[in-house]
Amino acid sequence: MNLIVSAIGQGLLWALLGLGLYLTFRILNFADMTVEGTFPLGAAVAVANISHGMSPYLATLLAFVAGMIAGLVTGLLYTKGKIPILLAGILTMTAIYSINLRIMGGSNISLIGKKTLLNNEFLENLPQYFNSVFLGIGIVVVITGILIFFLNTDFGQAFIATGDNPKMAKSLGIHTDFMVIIGLMLSNGIVALCGALIAQNNGYADINMGIGTIVIALASIIIGEVAFGELTLNQRLVAVTLGSIIYRLILLAVLQLGFSANDLNLISSIVLALCMMLPQLEKVTHLKKPIKRGVNKHD
Amino acid sequence: MTKSTLELKDVKTTVKTADGEIIPILKGINLKIKSGDFITIIGTNGAGKSTLFNTIAGSLKPDSGQILHDGQDITKMSEEKRTQFIGRVFQDPKMGTAPRMTVAENLLLATNRGKKRFLKIRKLKENIPHFKEMARVMNNGLENRLNSFVEGLSGGQRQALSFLMATIERPDILLLDEHTAALDPHTSENLLAVTDKQIKENKLTALMITHHMEDALKYGNRLLVLKDGRVKVDINEPEKKKLKVSDLYAYFDD
Repeated sequence: MNLIVSAIGQGLLWALLGLGLYLTFRILNFADMTVEGTFPLGAAVAVANISHGMSPYLATLLAFVAGMIAGLVTGLLYTKGKIPILLAGILTMTAIYSINLRIMGGSNISLIGKKTLLNNEFLENLPQYFNSVFLGIGIVVVITGILIFFLNTDFGQAFIATGDNPKMAKSLGIHTDFMVIIGLMLSNGIVALCGALIAQNNGYADINMGIGTIVIALASIIIGEVAFGELTLNQRLVAVTLGSIIYRLILLAVLQLGFSANDLNLISSIVLALCMMLPQLEKVTHLKKPIKRGVNKHD
Repeated sequence: MTKSTLELKDVKTTVKTADGEIIPILKGINLKIKSGDFITIIGTNGAGKSTLFNTIAGSLKPDSGQILHDGQDITKMSEEKRTQFIGRVFQDPKMGTAPRMTVAENLLLATNRGKKRFLKIRKLKENIPHFKEMARVMNNGLENRLNSFVEGLSGGQRQALSFLMATIERPDILLLDEHTAALDPHTSENLLAVTDKQIKENKLTALMITHHMEDALKYGNRLLVLKDGRVKVDINEPEKKKLKVSDLYAYFDD
């Protein structure tokens, strides 16, 4: 039971990663590698500041801002520097590695004895593992709500149109470069926020904690789509969180089978690869009915 | 004399090919477009028809020359800014619409053409009756598909939507770049008829590129023949009426 509650809590906290990446991967239609750097960046900024005595709220907010700046850098490299988006993301990600080492002053910092977002009266009085569940629900509801609002404004619609058909967007007077930059900033801000929360939940930040984040984020998005099929955009955002929880439960099941935590990245990649290959497997095996549509619909 | 809506003065535009070669396309275009003109444009491939549109719309900047809109110099104005007064329909039905958004969402985007877009909740539901009325004009059932995703529409409906999007907020200048070329003859005819009707009823100023000599003669009050980056022939209403398709072919030959 405890393991399942813990997995749900993890799923909720990690859901932010999927929500952040959704803006670039599904709406702007490209894979942004920056997130592999911004996730540990958020963790590093939050933990370093908290360990120097800053309020965890302010430190978490700073992590969000740091992520936005990283997104801005990738956005400028891509739109103004005309560097292909994949490479622009990799460049920023690589640069952030050094910056993270500077921020942390080493390859990891611990939060032992420091107050974090989880150390408030309400969360501390909950049974074990329920604190991350409640923190996760709170933050996921707020971020999902903000995204739904954003995407349903005139500005947000122009943002969606930019990803859907940039040439048309331009012909309607939408500044597509600006939209891409805003999308990357918002996306990376949310990913850094996720890093800050995970680090506080784990009690430390580590230079290598970003490895595999893009796969985890994609897994949440795609598991959500496979599991729930045809949805409206608002529902899709909610499905990301559910996908993230399902993903954690899959990992839990795999660990119960006797795999070690060292195998997690291998397992994550296999899970994601399987989900992405579903449409192909469907064709080969003619298993149309048991597998719902949704994975490749837009590709 | 009526005031000219758009004026091009000795506009020269070069285009860079994939391997970096710079090729002159427009070699000195002089053109005065009066308000209410419906100009059909013909010319061989490479004559500069599309480059002319790209230069007017601002997606290409001329190397020299001047473009005036209502007497104001817009030569250096950005493409995005020019959308305040230019509406455009592309040849490829996929080009002018957002496939993963609904018909109504596309139309809503178009009502904000050239305007600042704010963090204000979109007014989709409130606009549906208006959109329905507008879509009915297209005469192809588009009004019943307002909540469908555009990717599910037929090419004809998609192109009708593109046309509607370019005109839903009245543009000073409407650019039609062979907008019916990708459609079957029947659908193409229907869209051209609606295009003609809309332009006349709303007194729009329009430029239409076409490869069909018959259409070039049938529609519009003025005809341009582009050849080798220059306006070779510029014919007005009375003369245009007398022209035959064979006359047009003669223009290409010499």
